[in-house]
Amino acid sequence: MVMSKPAPARPSEAEIWAALAEVPDPEMPFVNLVELGIVRELGWDGGRLQVTITPTFAACPAYEVMQTDILAGLQALGLEETEVLVRHNPPWSSEWISAGARRKLQAAGLAPPPRHQGDLLTVLMDPVACPRCGSEQTSLRNSFGTTPCRMIYTCNDCQEPFEMFKPL
Amino acid sequence: MNAKQKAALAEYLIALADDELILGHRNSEWTGHAPILEEDIAFANLALDEIGHARLWYELAADLLGVDRARFPDQQVFFRPAADFRSLQLVELPKGDWAFSMLRQYLFDAFEQHRLTGLSESSHMPLAEIAVRVRNEELYHLRHTRAWVTRLGLGTEESQARMQAALNALCPYARGLGAALPGEADLPLGIVPESAALYAAWLDEVSAFLAEAGLKLPGETALAETERRAHSEHMAALIAEMQEVARLDPEAEW
Repeated sequence: MVMSKPAPARPSEAEIWAALAEVPDPEMPFVNLVELGIVRELGWDGGRLQVTITPTFAACPAYEVMQTDILAGLQALGLEETEVLVRHNPPWSSEWISAGARRKLQAAGLAPPPRHQGDLLTVLMDPVACPRCGSEQTSLRNSFGTTPCRMIYTCNDCQEPFEMFKPL
Repeated sequence: MNAKQKAALAEYLIALADDELILGHRNSEWTGHAPILEEDIAFANLALDEIGHARLWYELAADLLGVDRARFPDQQVFFRPAADFRSLQLVELPKGDWAFSMLRQYLFDAFEQHRLTGLSESSHMPLAEIAVRVRNEELYHLRHTRAWVTRLGLGTEESQARMQAALNALCPYARGLGAALPGEADLPLGIVPESAALYAAWLDEVSAFLAEAGLKLPGETALAETERRAHSEHMAALIAEMQEVARLDPEAEW
């Protein structure tokens, strides 16, 4: 007679979120995918965990790496059959980045995206503070940067170039 | 929507995607060749964004057609003959000088803001959702190209002359933006905005903006081809180059 193996205990939701909070952003490893607001929701389809993510910029080249990293991060919990679902609605917004992640961005020399409450064009007229010296005497050098989600500034006081995470 | 309308909307979205893809491909040709490093980065990003947006439209078309959305974009991009693309000649034209590429991007981006605003009000929810997302990203393009059009238009004698020459060359092709997209006529009201109305709003906007940049729209010129089935002589070479690697080994895993 064949004995069926007992199903391994399913990890708790808190354990899963904790594991996901260990998955770094591929291009900004000092912040994780949960605090960036990219991981949206957990669900179960029978025994299979479903993680719903909302990518930041449509053309973000890191987005496929994120899916692989999420699956690898959850394997450590014994979740072998996880599925990553991609949802575009509502579209990702930089307003979803947590306060903690904004501090980490700032500490890494990347100016956090200004709060915009849906009005991008107005907020882009506001001065951007240098993440190093705090001066607001800064100039935009390029609306595009090293990744789709960044733009390049120079600080006129400390003379350092820096990047800002684009408000979206 | 019934099956016929779904097919019409898929046709419309594939034409939109083709425009974004081909413009993105042309922009990518500036990588390593732009006049300054910042613009090299900017054009590489513009290219990446446009190709990313093309992918979203192809995926949405796949859903409407009931085919595999993971495979459909690559099939469309790498394994379709040039004659089956529905892009406008405006986006196929070689990149020209930097004034030409910048102005083409501006004209296209300005039109896209009108179209995306219309699409964001679509009664087909998946389409409206993607349109909002793409429109927010495209705001950065328009902001960038507007700044450069003004700077070059009001810059030196040479930059002004190059911009005016680019405008004269592009205008007949830009009229293609106002022609109804494939499938548009077969869709019920409220799914997509009417291209002719978008064109009128766009023309008002760009005329005023270009005048402030010291540039003048040419008067009535010979109408270039606006039919999306008719491609310029440049299209076959572009497609051959774009598809070359994928066709070497169609089954390759990347």
